[in-house]
Amino acid sequence: MKKVILKIEGLKKSFGSKEVIKDFDLNIYEGEFLTLLGSSGCGKTTILRMIAGLDSVTEGHIYIDEKEVTTLDPKYREVNTIFQNYALFPLMTVEENIGFGLKMKKVDKKVIKQRVQEMLELVHLQGYEKRMPKELSGGEQQRVSIARALINKPKVLLLDEPLSALDQKLRKSMQLELKQLQKKLGITFIYVTHSQDEALTMSDRIVLLKDGKIEQVDTPIKIYEHPNSLYTAQFLGESNLFTGTVSVVDEKYTLVNVDDQVLKILSQKWKVDDSLDIILRPENIKIDVKNKQENVLEGKIVESIYDGASTKLMIRVQKRLISAMYLGNDKLYSKGQVVSVSWDIEDAIVLKRDVYEK
Amino acid sequence: MKSKKVWKFFFLVPVILYVTLLIALPLLYILFISFLKSDYYGGMISSFTIQNYIDVFDQVYVSVFLKSIAIAGITTLICILISYPFVLAISHKKPRTQKILMTLVMVPFLTNSLIRMYGWLVLLRKSGVINQVLLGIGVIEEPLSLMYNTFGILVGMVYTLLPFMILPLYSSISTVDNRLLEAASDLGASKFKTFFKIIVPQTLPGLFNGSLMVFTPALGYFFITDILGGGKFMILGNLIKNQFLTARNWPFGAAISIVLVLVTCVFIFLYRKLGGKMDDLGGAS
Repeated sequence: MKKVILKIEGLKKSFGSKEVIKDFDLNIYEGEFLTLLGSSGCGKTTILRMIAGLDSVTEGHIYIDEKEVTTLDPKYREVNTIFQNYALFPLMTVEENIGFGLKMKKVDKKVIKQRVQEMLELVHLQGYEKRMPKELSGGEQQRVSIARALINKPKVLLLDEPLSALDQKLRKSMQLELKQLQKKLGITFIYVTHSQDEALTMSDRIVLLKDGKIEQVDTPIKIYEHPNSLYTAQFLGESNLFTGTVSVVDEKYTLVNVDDQVLKILSQKWKVDDSLDIILRPENIKIDVKNKQENVLEGKIVESIYDGASTKLMIRVQKRLISAMYLGNDKLYSKGQVVSVSWDIEDAIVLKRDVYEK
Repeated sequence: MKSKKVWKFFFLVPVILYVTLLIALPLLYILFISFLKSDYYGGMISSFTIQNYIDVFDQVYVSVFLKSIAIAGITTLICILISYPFVLAISHKKPRTQKILMTLVMVPFLTNSLIRMYGWLVLLRKSGVINQVLLGIGVIEEPLSLMYNTFGILVGMVYTLLPFMILPLYSSISTVDNRLLEAASDLGASKFKTFFKIIVPQTLPGLFNGSLMVFTPALGYFFITDILGGGKFMILGNLIKNQFLTARNWPFGAAISIVLVLVTCVFIFLYRKLGGKMDDLGGAS
């Protein structure tokens, strides 16, 4: 069992009468890359700020390395934050910015100079010592802010949507760089983002938040392939949703009535008359496959969108619009063409309705 | 294109007239008469002399200069000490509250400053409100001398000039991003360190601006020394006023004025040497 570096117990936060965080419990392990994912206003940044000590805790406890820090001043917490706008000190050089934390700890000047050099090397900014923040590009400012935080050797590094101000290409390369940096240093990262794509590529575990509550905590693969709620399924990735009622259950298969069609799914714990959501990812939808007997629907192509690496099809099946995706452009479909749509029975994600409908 | 230029010039005419007629010409006139001789009847004799400037460096006048600079300096310091906590406190309030509080700072300006000085008289004199209250509750047995001394002058100066420090400091403190303060505390800085390492450097332009706006008038506000100093104290303003109105030695008064302008210029020069920008003083660079 890995060591718990950060423990959050029964955390609550209210701003005035508005409850932003409702009973949040989480253990974060040493060396883990954990992402707090959620739409804006779900409270993810608030949780981060409470860990850093920048926002007060209304109720609950936070422990860093088994030491309670719930009411401790930020300057005594062994965590550092990368702010969304980097928050570099505008009147200090890159060197002074990076050395700030050590200077506050009254570390010897020579040692600071040497450590700053190491940090500049780590983030590939050698020779930038005397530059001012405003002379740097967004990506460079980002690196300085990472160096400024990491020089303090924090037990946990908190990152508040650090890549949101960068352009698409730079964002992709910084994602990779951050991930490598984290692996190399073995520091625990808590990363806040609203981008499911960032969460899926970088994290060891994802915490999906909804209205100040944990919706699901899991590895990227599990959370994408086995979401335990419709919200999770729809938040991460695209999904085609069929809602229906169980009509027949046998040992292997269950039949579900969806509108006037009957879909077949694997039997699990379903009972007759259960209300089910059947979710299918676009990449699992198969088009015009021969020798399929079950779950074959007929539809008409409404739109075909080619984006380089893949092609996306919008297919109208009766009243429903289904999105499908395949790699490249080897099979060309034209608008208005009639195709058959099917999927492998084990690819369907099935959820019981009353689990989340209260 | 040409007519556009004419129009531009047309709009500038009032400003040009104002600066030339009301600032530049009078100053040149003062400079001119400072090199004249005075006769015994308050008139001026048109013959060139630098005697007036030599007289300024008489020990008596030098001590007035030094005392003025000391009073203006202490006034500036007290204003800084009051303004920083004040603007720091209100910069964290809601925008609406900030507006209300800043308006309150400005309210006293709606009344004539001379009248406000007489108001202080009522508060500070031996039989004044403050002494009466303190005597009444038995804190003191003898009334305190709160005016007709340096204390009274400083009270008047600080009271009158405080807004000139608060306003520029407030506008420069509102440019300090709150996230920088959070970053500093996240990196282990105490409130004290954050203030001196982050807030002060970033509000330096406002601080300089405010200091000049307080220091310069404090050298010359003669009515404050007249009323709250009881006429026993002299600052540069009193000296100049006396030379013009009482001693009727206009050339000498003019010479002192020119020296005062030069002293002010020295402070602005120092300000620029220290890296201050003229823009921050509200002037062109």
